[in-house]
Parts: sequence; structure tokens; C-alpha cells
Amino acid sequence: MAIFVNENTKVLVQGLTGGQGKYHGRRNRDYGTQIVGGVTPGKGGQDVDGIPIFNSVAEAVEATGADASFAAVPPKFASDAIIEAAEAGIGFVVCITEGIPAQDEALTFNRLVREFPNTRLLGPNCPGIISPGKCNIGITAGEIAQEPTADGPNVGIVSRSGTLTYQALYELKQLGIGVSTCVGIGGDPVPGTNFIDCLAEFQNDPETHAIMMLGEIGGSAEEEAAEFIQANVTKPMSAYIAGVTAPAGKKMGHAGAIVSGGKGTAQGKMDALAAAGVKVGLNPTEAGELMGEIVKSL
Amino acid sequence: MDLFEYQGKQYFARYDIPVSPGGPADTVDEAVAAANAAGYPVVVKAQVQVGGRGKAGGIKLADNEAEARQHAEAILGMDIKGHVVKRVWVENASDIEEEYYVSFTLDRAEKKHLMMLSREGGVEIEVVAEENPDAIIKLHIDPVDGLSADVARQACIDANLPERAIDGATDIIVKLYRCYTEGDCDLAEINPLILKPTGEVHALDAKVTLDGNAEYRHPEWEAFKGLTEMDEREKMAAEKDLQYIGLDGTVGIIANGAGLAMSTLDVVNQVGGSAANFLDIGGGANADVMAGALEVINFDENVKSIFINIFGGITRGEEVAKGIVEALNRVELKAPIVIRLDGTNAEEGRQILLDAGIPESKLRSEPTMLAAAKTVVGLANA
Repeated sequence: MAIFVNENTKVLVQGLTGGQGKYHGRRNRDYGTQIVGGVTPGKGGQDVDGIPIFNSVAEAVEATGADASFAAVPPKFASDAIIEAAEAGIGFVVCITEGIPAQDEALTFNRLVREFPNTRLLGPNCPGIISPGKCNIGITAGEIAQEPTADGPNVGIVSRSGTLTYQALYELKQLGIGVSTCVGIGGDPVPGTNFIDCLAEFQNDPETHAIMMLGEIGGSAEEEAAEFIQANVTKPMSAYIAGVTAPAGKKMGHAGAIVSGGKGTAQGKMDALAAAGVKVGLNPTEAGELMGEIVKSL
Repeated sequence: MDLFEYQGKQYFARYDIPVSPGGPADTVDEAVAAANAAGYPVVVKAQVQVGGRGKAGGIKLADNEAEARQHAEAILGMDIKGHVVKRVWVENASDIEEEYYVSFTLDRAEKKHLMMLSREGGVEIEVVAEENPDAIIKLHIDPVDGLSADVARQACIDANLPERAIDGATDIIVKLYRCYTEGDCDLAEINPLILKPTGEVHALDAKVTLDGNAEYRHPEWEAFKGLTEMDEREKMAAEKDLQYIGLDGTVGIIANGAGLAMSTLDVVNQVGGSAANFLDIGGGANADVMAGALEVINFDENVKSIFINIFGGITRGEEVAKGIVEALNRVELKAPIVIRLDGTNAEEGRQILLDAGIPESKLRSEPTMLAAAKTVVGLANA
């Protein structure tokens, strides 16, 4: 078991002929992911390293039976690409695109909810999802992810920050801890999938025995997650929140993190998670070590 | 990008939101000329991107030329909460009967737009929210539906605006929503929105934050650039399109991804150091970006050591390494680098650095983030 994807997931790459699409699409395939086709309008009939290209997602779905899509397209076209995938019946869209205007994200999210409730969007501006040994959609380097063991204990990872997602995988690999699924939800204002969506899936996934969560300053997603954990998550957890030393009022990076009016501080988030029974580390290594202790006790 | 009040008003004017006639001025003489053009009485307003200007003496009423001159002299160069006033906005003064508050922003938790409307304007909305939360109407707007005039009108009624203000306020709210959405604002706020004794409603202030990601479809934003309140380091970084924030410490930080960059600041702090900056080279950064980042760090006199923390996903290790080698060829770095390189093509990157034969006094590699933090802080504090 894994969440959202598994070894049978058939993936299309929207933008496979572009630089990022080609590079990461090939890497995902080399990892063992079933990359069954690419979509680039006007380039149907061509191929990238033997992966067939189609003019539209609908055509590609028809020909390949794809059920997931990896959108690696520029910000200008990302919203349309996501909606096109949903229209074609794709159930899981991973969008790595960074720099989509916030209003486009909000509109796209609400259109999906209303018109395509069966399509889940992961991202945008996220590293994607990896179920080690089974499926890797996105930009995570597969070799840093430790495969899960049959009898566990295995850890599910959910992270708002791309690079901290890799850092978490790396920390667990150093400790030899298997990962069931690692989901990078992205730090943009309106992510398609949030902490709570992932925590709920991990809670129900028999292959996940503990959960590691990586958050950051800004917004209230971690506080909401803490409430959800308190009420619904029985599996042990460790966490790290980035931005303890970030100065107030400064926007750190693209869109993820801004502290204003004393709300959304790292300390507030850490306190909320600790109150929900999560073991909170002061840096990613410490969160990994805390997970090591948790796993030993299981 | 935060706009100054006068820029926000210029932006409002594009969407037909009524504002007072006036002009910007960088000198006392320009201010007097702007006052004469606007017609007395005028208000001279400090253009700084910080709240509480009025209380600090940054907003003054002038009935004649002599007073306009006197106020411009006092306000230009004034320090308001660390912001030095380099420009004033001089506008025709308005008679005010009542002051309201209206704003649009994105509510991340609800994933919808949030309109806030209050009959209590002209004061800090945070204070109203705390002392009299019922005085603020909060309305979520689904971006698929948008905001209709009927819904805006009902909000005005719910906010208990007087009958005579409702038509004018509804009109402005609908226009402000258009400005907020079509104009790609993260925030569009009018505080105060005023009712004049004549019954007209108009925007007496403007607070606008633009979403930088939407810049590609707004060529008109070019006019707003160049006057933002950045220090020299930040200006240099902005020219290179780098996500940079200047801080006061001694360890220069370069990382890929906002999360890892923040985390790097945290770890440096935990092992007894202090960051000179936040610098996120973003995803997919190439050699040129890395070289540019090092140039910005090198410009900062306070930097005693440099921490490059890269965990490659979309960013490739060999590109990072090439950038470092290129930067070392291009500029004489004043501080030593400590690098931690992992993830995509990290092996190739480390090999490139090794092959370049850079002496250890200039570049050291560490296997983990924590080890690198300790080394770099040790060098900074030595």
C-alpha cells in the first residue's frame, strides 16, 4: 500500500518535450514509474526516448489508459494544463510549476472542487510524490528515498517545502528507516492537496506506521493540521517547522512564508503540534532523530 | 511588490476608483508646486511603506502655500519607524463625514477571496478586529463566481453603512474587486474609504500589494519599480532576480528552496551563529544564478563566511558546482565558503569542485547540514 499512487499508476507527462519535463519524465521512468506518454500540443506522433507524445490529454488517456498526470509546464499554461487533465478524467495531477499567480491557483482549485471532484491536484510548486520502489512522480531524486520493508515500521512523510522534503527523506535514509510514501504538498497559497488530506490517508494506510511532517512559518495550515491530528491521527509523529529565526513581516521566498501580526509563527506552529502529541525537532536532523526513537519503540 | 500610497492610487485610477487629485514630490519646491496645482487646502502625506504615518506626524493639512512648504520641509527626510521619507504625496484635502474600511485578500485557509468591510475605518483594522469584531463584515468570495453588485450592496447594508453612502460604496467595492482580481493584487485595501458631506464616496488612502508571479501579464507594473524600499544588497539581488532578504548577521546564506533556506537560518542560529541574509536561488538554478548569488553575498561587508546549502531536486548539483567555480573565477570572494551538496547529481557536482582544485581556505565541503553549519559558524566567529 501507498497513498495516492502505487506500482500500477500510469503517468502522462504534460510538457514532456520541454526541458524540465524531458529531464524529470525520463528520470521518473528510469526509477521504474510507468510513464506511458507525454502531451505537447502540435507534437503528437513524436516521441521522447520511446515515450509517445500526444496532442491532448484526452487522446493520451484514450491510447494509454493513463490515470495520473505530471504537469511540467510554464506558469502561463499551468492552470489550463491542470483543467485539461481533469476534463480528460485524470484522477491525480502532480504540478511542479513554480510561479503561478495566486489568483490563478485559487480559481483553478475552486474549479476542480466544483466541476471535477474526482480529480486530486498535488501542488503546484511542489516536488511531487514518491512511493519508494513503486512510483516517483515529480522532481525528487529517487536514490535518497529508502524503500519500505514488508513488515515495517515504515514512515509516511508530508512536507510543505520542496527541499525539506528531500532533507526528510535523507534523514530517514541515514537511519535506515523505510518510507511508505513521501508527499511534497508545496508552499504556495492555494495547494491542491494539504496536510490534512495526507494525514488522513496516512492514518488509513496499513503500510504507514508513523508520520513525519515538515512545515514552515506563515499561514495556518500547520495549526489546522494540529487540530486534525489531535482528533484523528493515532499514529506517532515527529515534525519540524522551518523559520524559527525568520524576522517578522519579511516574506521569505516565493509565496510560502510570511509572518504577520504574530500569527503563523514557527513557535506557534510548534506549540500547536506539540500539544497534539507530535514530537517536534528544532531542525530537520533532530526531527529525523526523534522519528528514529519513535520507530525503535514500535 | 508593495506599492506606495500614491502608486496604489494610480493603480486604483486604472479601474475608475475615485481618488483625490494630487501629485508626488521629492523636494519641497515640487511639493509646493503640487499643492498649488491640487488646490488648497491640501494634505501632505509621507510616502513610506509602514503603518501609523499619521500618528508619527507624517500626514499634515496645509491651508496655504506657506504651510504646504513648512510641512513638506518637516516631512521630507523624516524617519518613520526606520523608514526615511524620500517622497511625499500632496493632494486636495477632502471634507470627511464618515470613514469606512474595505479590503480584498486571499484567505489561504478557505481557498477563497476574503472581503472585509467595516463602518469603522480610518483606524487600524487590527484594533477594530480585536475590540469590536462584530463591526467587521467578512465575506468569502468564490473566484469562480466573482463578486456581483447585489452581493456588494448587501454587504454595505450588513455593515450598517448609511443609506446615502450605499450606492457610492457599492460601486467602489465592485471596482476594487476588479482591481484586486484583474490587477493581480495580493492585497487591495482602502482605509479610509470616506463619505463626504456632499454624499460622494471615495478612496482617501490606498494599500496595494502586487503578486510578483503575475508580472508577465502586467507590463504597466514597470512604472512602479525602482522606488521600493530596498537596501543596496537587496537592489543588487533584485537586479539578478534572486529571492534575497538582507539581515544583520555574519554568515552569508545561499540555499535552494525557501524551506531549506529558512531551515539553514535556523540551524546557523542554533549553533551560535547569525545569518547575514536569506537567499533562495529557487528551483532549477543554473551556474549563472549561483555565480550571481555569490556576487551579492560578496558585496555584503558583514559576511565573514558563506554557507551554500543545496539539496538538489530540480536544481542539479553539477550546475551549482559550475556556478561556484565560475564565481570564483569572476570575483575575488572575501569570505570562505562551506558547502553541503546533496540530491540530484550531487556526486558530479562534488567531482567538479574537486577537479577545480580550489584551496581549502576558500572552499570546504561538509557531509551534513549540521556539520556544515558548525564549520561555517566557526569560521564566522573566528
